[in-house]
Amino acid sequence: MKRIYLDHNATTPVHPEVLEAMLPYFKDKFGNPSSIHGFGREAKVALEEAREKVAQLLGVSSSEIFFTAGGTESDNLAVKGTAFANRNKGKHIITSRIEHHAILESCKFLEKEGFNVTYLPVDSKGVVYPEDLQKAVQNDIILVSIMYVNNEVGSIQPMEDISRIVKDKGIYLHTDAVQALGKIPIDVRKLNVDMLSMSGHKIYGPKGVGAIYIRKGVRITPWSHGGHHERSRRAGTENIPGIVGFAKAVELTLRELDDQNRHLKNLTETFYRKLVETVPDVILNGDLNSRAVNTLNLSFKGVEGESIILSLDLKGVAVTSGSACTSGTLEPSHVLSAMGIAPEIAQGAIRFSFGRGNTMEDVEYVASILPEIVNRLRSMSPLYAKGK
Amino acid sequence: MYSEKVMEHFQNPRNVGEIKDADGVGEIGNAVCGDIMKLYIKVKDNQILDAKFQTFGCGAAIATSSMVTELVKGKTLEEAEKISRDTVAEALDGLPPIKMHCSNLAADALHKAIEDYRNRIKARERAINLS
Repeated sequence: MKRIYLDHNATTPVHPEVLEAMLPYFKDKFGNPSSIHGFGREAKVALEEAREKVAQLLGVSSSEIFFTAGGTESDNLAVKGTAFANRNKGKHIITSRIEHHAILESCKFLEKEGFNVTYLPVDSKGVVYPEDLQKAVQNDIILVSIMYVNNEVGSIQPMEDISRIVKDKGIYLHTDAVQALGKIPIDVRKLNVDMLSMSGHKIYGPKGVGAIYIRKGVRITPWSHGGHHERSRRAGTENIPGIVGFAKAVELTLRELDDQNRHLKNLTETFYRKLVETVPDVILNGDLNSRAVNTLNLSFKGVEGESIILSLDLKGVAVTSGSACTSGTLEPSHVLSAMGIAPEIAQGAIRFSFGRGNTMEDVEYVASILPEIVNRLRSMSPLYAKGK
Repeated sequence: MYSEKVMEHFQNPRNVGEIKDADGVGEIGNAVCGDIMKLYIKVKDNQILDAKFQTFGCGAAIATSSMVTELVKGKTLEEAEKISRDTVAEALDGLPPIKMHCSNLAADALHKAIEDYRNRIKARERAINLS
C-alpha cells in the first residue's frame, strides 16, 4: 500500500545530503570536541564549522549560536534562562495563548516560582493583536516570547510590529521559530529579536538537535550544568553528528525555500479547492491567504478528528488532529480554542502539513478518498444531518 | 494502538442509526470532551428487541457503541443493566488505558436508555392512575 505522509509539522524525513554529511561523525570522526588530541580537534573543527555555517545563513555571528537538543530545549532555555537571569529587574513575562507546550509549560513552571505571565489572546485566524501587546508592555516585563509561525494552523505573527513595540521599551524578545525556519524567510537582524529557537527535525534534519540564537549581551541562566560547553550556556558533550546534520539541514532548507513554497502553495491550494468542491461543510481554521503554505487545518463538521485519522491511516495516509482523543487530555486543541473555535468544530479539526516529498498525485489521492471517509463518519454522527 | 476487534467494529460498525419510535433513548457525553453517543432501544416484554447508535467520537467511541448494541440485543433489561464499561472493553479485547475513560461511555449510554425507558413507563402508569 502506498504511504503518503502529510504530517511534516510533526517531523520530517532526513534529507539524503544531511545524512551523508552526518555519517563520518559516527564512524571515523567520533572524537569529543573537548579533547586536546587529534580526534578531539577534528570534532571541534566540525562543531565550529557547523556553528559558523548556521550563523552565516542567519546573518548573525557564530558567538550568538548555541546548539541544544532541539526546539523544546531552546524554548526552555529562552524562557526559564531569561527569567532567572533577570528576575532582579522584574517578574513579569508576556507570551501568547497559542504557543507550543514547551513555552507554555515553561511559563507555568515560572508561575510556580513566583513569576507572573500574561497570555495574549489571538483573533479568529490565530494572530496576536499588536494593540494588546502595546497595552501589556510595562516596566516590570522582562521577556516577551511569541512564536513566529504556529504549528497547528500555520498562522504567521506580525513579528516586525511585535518587535517594534517590545524593543521600543528595551524588553527582551524571544521567538519560537521552530516552524518558521524553512517555511518563511527569516531576517534575524531586521526582526531585531534577542533570541530565536530552532529545531532540526522540522527541517529535514535529525531529531535530538536544535539551536538557539542569543544576541550578544543577552544574559541567560543556564539550565544544564556541567562542563563549559556552548560558552557555559549549555553543558553536555556536543552531539556532533546531529549538529553537523543540523547545519546542513539549515543550509538546504534555506536554499530550497522559494521553490518549496511555490510547490507547497500549489499543492495545498489545489487540495483545499478539491475538498471544498466534493465535501460539504468543510471549515478552514486559519487564513488561506496568510499562513505557512504547507499547512492546512480543516474541520469536517459533525465528525471527530481521531476517527478521520484512523480512516486515513487505514489507507496509508498520515495526518494529525487537534482533537482531545489525540492530545491525551480531555480538551480540544488550545490553539483552536484560543481562536474561538467551538469545541465540536475543534474536535473535528485535521492538520494536513505537506512537505518536500509530496506530489500532486498525493493531493489527488487523498482528495479522492476523503469524501467517502467523511460521509461514512457523518452517517454515524448524531451531530450531522444532511442539510444541517 | 487498537485491538483487531476494535478496528473491525470501527470499520464495520453494527446497528448504526436512529430508531424513530424508540422506547428508550440515552444520550451521553459532550463536545468539549470529544465524544457524544446516542443509544436507542426498542423494548417488548422486558426484552431489548433492537438497539441502534449514533456516535461523534474517536475509534474507541465508535467501536464501543457498536459493541454495546451487539451485546444488548435479545437481552432482558436486567441482563442489560449488568453490562458495564469493563464488559464492553473486554468484549473488544481491551482498550488502551487512555481510551478506557472517555470512550467507554457506551455502557453509560445504554444505562441511560434503560433509565429513560423505565421513566417513560412510570410516567405512563402515573397518567393511567390519574385518569
